[in-house]
Amino acid sequence: MTGDLVGAPVHRLEDAALLTGTARFTDDIELPGTVEAAFVRSPHPHALIRSVDSTAARNLAGVHAVFSHADLAPLLTRNLIPPDNPTLKFAESTRAVVLAKDEVCHVGEIVAIVLADSRYVAEDAVALVDVAYEVLPSVSDCRDALAPGAARVHRDAPDNVVATFRAEYGDCGPAFAAAAHVLPLSLRQHRGGGHPIEGRGIVARFDPATEGLTVWSSTQGAHRVRDALVVLYGLDETRVRAITPDVGGGFGSKHIVYPEEVVVAGAALALKRPVKWIEDRREHFLAAIQERDQYWDIEVAADADGRLLGLRGSMVHDQGAYTLLGFNVAHNATLAVPGPYLLPNYRLDVTIAATNRVGTIPVRGAGYPEGTFAMERAMDAIADELGADRAEIRRRNLIPADRIPYELPLKARDGSTTHYESGDFPACMEKALESAGHDRFAERQAAARDAGRYIGMGVANCTKITGRGPFETGIVRIGPSGRITVHTGAMAMGQGIKTAYAQICADQFGVDPGAVKVITGDTGTVPMGIGGFGSRQTVTAGSSIHLASVEVREKALKTAAHMLEVSDRDLDLKDGTISVAGVPDLSVSLADVAKALSGAIGYARPKDMPPGLEASVNFLPTGLTYGNSAHVVEVEVDVGTGGVRITRYLVVNDSGRLINPTIVEGQIVGGVAHGIGNALFEWMGYDDAGQPVTTTFAEYLLPTAPVVPNVEIVHHETPSTVNPLGVKGVGEAGVIPAAAAVMSAIESALAPFGVRIRETPISPPRLVELIGEAKAGS
Amino acid sequence: MKPPPFRYHDPGTVDEAVALVSSLDNAKLLAGGQSLMPMLNMRYVLPDHLIDLNRITDLSYIEESGGRVTIGAVTRQRDIERSDLLRRRCPLLRKALRQVGHPQTRNRGTIGGSLCHLDPSAELPAALAALDATVHVVGPNGARDVPMADFPAFYMTPAIEHDEILGAVSFDPWPAGHGSAFVEFARRPGDFAIVGVAALLEPGPDGTVGRAAIALAGVGPGPVRCAAAEERLAGRAPDADAIRAAALTCADIEAMEDIHAPSSYRRHLAVELTSRALHAALAEPGAGSPK
Amino acid sequence: MTGVGELPETRSVTLSVNGERHEIDVETRMTLADCLRRKLGKTGTHLGCEHGVCGACTVLVDGRSARGCLMLAVQANGAEITTVEGLASRGGEWHPLQQAFHEHHALQCGFCTAGILTSMVEFLGENPDPTEDEVREALSGNICRCTGYQGIVRAVLDAAGRLRARNGAIAP
Repeated sequence: MTGDLVGAPVHRLEDAALLTGTARFTDDIELPGTVEAAFVRSPHPHALIRSVDSTAARNLAGVHAVFSHADLAPLLTRNLIPPDNPTLKFAESTRAVVLAKDEVCHVGEIVAIVLADSRYVAEDAVALVDVAYEVLPSVSDCRDALAPGAARVHRDAPDNVVATFRAEYGDCGPAFAAAAHVLPLSLRQHRGGGHPIEGRGIVARFDPATEGLTVWSSTQGAHRVRDALVVLYGLDETRVRAITPDVGGGFGSKHIVYPEEVVVAGAALALKRPVKWIEDRREHFLAAIQERDQYWDIEVAADADGRLLGLRGSMVHDQGAYTLLGFNVAHNATLAVPGPYLLPNYRLDVTIAATNRVGTIPVRGAGYPEGTFAMERAMDAIADELGADRAEIRRRNLIPADRIPYELPLKARDGSTTHYESGDFPACMEKALESAGHDRFAERQAAARDAGRYIGMGVANCTKITGRGPFETGIVRIGPSGRITVHTGAMAMGQGIKTAYAQICADQFGVDPGAVKVITGDTGTVPMGIGGFGSRQTVTAGSSIHLASVEVREKALKTAAHMLEVSDRDLDLKDGTISVAGVPDLSVSLADVAKALSGAIGYARPKDMPPGLEASVNFLPTGLTYGNSAHVVEVEVDVGTGGVRITRYLVVNDSGRLINPTIVEGQIVGGVAHGIGNALFEWMGYDDAGQPVTTTFAEYLLPTAPVVPNVEIVHHETPSTVNPLGVKGVGEAGVIPAAAAVMSAIESALAPFGVRIRETPISPPRLVELIGEAKAGS
Repeated sequence: MKPPPFRYHDPGTVDEAVALVSSLDNAKLLAGGQSLMPMLNMRYVLPDHLIDLNRITDLSYIEESGGRVTIGAVTRQRDIERSDLLRRRCPLLRKALRQVGHPQTRNRGTIGGSLCHLDPSAELPAALAALDATVHVVGPNGARDVPMADFPAFYMTPAIEHDEILGAVSFDPWPAGHGSAFVEFARRPGDFAIVGVAALLEPGPDGTVGRAAIALAGVGPGPVRCAAAEERLAGRAPDADAIRAAALTCADIEAMEDIHAPSSYRRHLAVELTSRALHAALAEPGAGSPK
Repeated sequence: MTGVGELPETRSVTLSVNGERHEIDVETRMTLADCLRRKLGKTGTHLGCEHGVCGACTVLVDGRSARGCLMLAVQANGAEITTVEGLASRGGEWHPLQQAFHEHHALQCGFCTAGILTSMVEFLGENPDPTEDEVREALSGNICRCTGYQGIVRAVLDAAGRLRARNGAIAP
């Protein structure tokens, strides 16, 4: 590295606009002549659409149009959302449709779009659209969906199985036969929705003069939105531009191309005027993706010392009605199970079941919290069985530092095997335990119990795949103005990546990060892009931007050397000026170099350099990079109410080299809060038919300031060896082991009752019930 | 989530408001709006007319007269929370209010709105039930009084006719030296209570309890007074056993069930929190302390 | 539901927003938040849930924090409204809360930030020297999905100190 910005806790460049109210989110985009959209959505979990009569709605003053499937179908090349993971095979019946034609398969599925002068009038009109439904039998719970004779989620499907697969290595049979301990565990896991405070939203504008379609979407993947519109409306790539304005959080819920985005763009094409749709919170509950239920029936085998011999069993995953992004959540969950532990034999049979609920795709953590929860519950079960300390059992099973790099024959979806390239898992856990005062905790716990208080300490470890490829473009440009601009296909949605990218780039030019303008998520400036998910963008785009910056720097130095008639080895680059070492007056600015490289008519290029002071790099990672964390949590349980208070939270995190420790810590703390939500609060409820029962923030509880503790973070930096920056992704690191650690702490607090927790989330009524059951059983 | 169309009325006096409410069909009264506005935004209610009471300054006051405290219906919760008069004369209200919503909602929310919305888990109706408050209702034929005990007609429905408005609520403050507590359990601070307990204790002679009032939120469709528990305490020394015995009378209460909690848990909390509320009330200076 | 198909009922109101007087016609059913955003271009106030829980739309109405989604614009007739755009001084100097939020990484996506800033302006006015628990309680009516609140709590405590220092010179 050249400068000292990488690694510095630089204050964010994004903040000024956000703090003064001048940021521009999707709903802040006001184009003249815009009509606003509201959707007619299915009130039924499963029904046939007999007819759609929009006469009354169309006749309402201020209403411009109502489009149902019959109206938009002529514009569409097909009525199916393009699948995002082309290699995964799943039941065709669960392919997501753009607009329901004659069948709706979950509450909230869109039937028609209403376009009016304002959202107020659009909602008035929605109530006037008369849809005749014939209600069909439905299925809500994913285990029920697999039962013989279950109602079909899609009426034409032979059954409700979306896919089945097995994750396996080693041979569990002999390992279990020889084990000193075989412990069964039945787990019910639930994660809920993404719930960024800004919902989804899109503004679409068709310009007849250029035949161009521009959409501003609050999305985690502008390029995928563009590509979907190109395919579905038969348009030319060069005529469609997708831009992400400021995005108010994603957490997975903006990771896919949604039917709403396609329909709104279609309405703009049909009406030839701008159309805006801003998702309201109820729509987010009904129609934004979630990561919901998994039922795990597993058994773990251990030797007499508590060392893992194997883990096997089955898992049922609730996919909802549509497969919008393959079945990554279930797949990731299976990958996460071994985590940082030596697990010699492993077999998990997974069944993905369709249900009459909204589709599931990854929410922050993406299956890793579930796989981690399974393994960590197994660890605690072994410790309980042996009467051993929970940390000690983990200590015996963690992969020792000297076995890193470590390879597991478990395949990620790019076909690569699990390869922990760097890290020291035992050191991370020991650091966390030491900081938490684990060795003195038993004493404190005993004293508290004597005083009638129930405190507990829990520990959990995890690893996480980060930096998924295949690439993310980084373009660095310096124009004749001398200003440095970075363009990337990566998506900013609040993480602070613009600041991190500016640091990476500015380091090469000896300028302030504020001097670097970073533009993300605009298909008009970067032709290809993948998007923001899976803790990948600092690894992929960060590396590309780094390499592009280095290239531009070298080009600038070489060109300057030519201009100044010296060797480039004699040059310094600082504050945007290249000068001869020891002769500061002999210098050229980056602007001068950029001007020279922008060419003059008919003149030779300096030193035969390629034109333009710019570089575009697509860094291609040679492998995935794996971060890891150890969490230690202290809780106090009020056994009278079942209330859980988290009194201390400690994280030791290895995300490789830190670009900006402040931003990294923000990601970790935010992730922990999300994990606390998953552990104690967030529950997306449905009734037996599939009707959602938690559709407000008074029913679906997000963590608030009084229930989230301060999180103490210790960084353990082992640079990744598979990218030039040495970074590992961190966006999901905080959330993954959180629920497992909290449950471990609650069990520790309630050890006198022998309470065992096999589910997430755990509510106070349920804890009181478990305490009662444990008392009755003892 | 935008309000449906309605005709908006903002009367300046109680008479005007009563005239409007008794002449208009399908009208809704808007006080602080912290419950009605979400219901309008979600279009759970579709009124033809919205009668905004916020311009009626005559309905916003806190006063004591002849030993009785009266609070106007459109008095903001925040003003009640900060009232010096109530801090002195009825600390229970402040204790309850500190657990009602958040500062932003208490700034707008009113005591009358809270009473008329009558959420089963709401804190204020329970506190006013414990205080044996009287609700003053104004209609086209004049004023009438409704005892708090008779105020809930059905689930979330007060005993107010469609042509009446709530004018004020009044109560006799308990004498100086009484103990009070409002103890609740909510999933997160500021949420509606799953169960809340308002408790008032007046010391009697020789360290006994002279008078007790206990009201529960979150178990029934309206606030539930625990007469059995009150009787068990009156005239007895409030030791831990007496409190336990009083609290246990709540164990058989018929409790509601919703997505937040089953009835068994609400009964469990009713016992647990009644006990805690009584201990807290007793711990106050002058109220005596458990032996 | 009346009014469907009829012209929307409107009223003329006068709002003072960040010290600037506006006389406008608004639909009587329009919320204050929508009025500020759509009619007056104050898009710094955001809508996160429209049912009064998330707190993103919180503005100050006559100095008191209120949910912009739970008030009708007509109800603010004659009121002084302060939005996030009005927190910095006329010269553009940030409010100590804004400065502290920047320095303590108290925001990520920034969508909830405006409502938190306005709420905390009121809170620190009433409680200039709060404890951490008091700050957390005061924040309980604002949901942030990104930060885990830690930076926000630190920033509010820091801003309280800055405000005390600033006001100390003139306080009795």
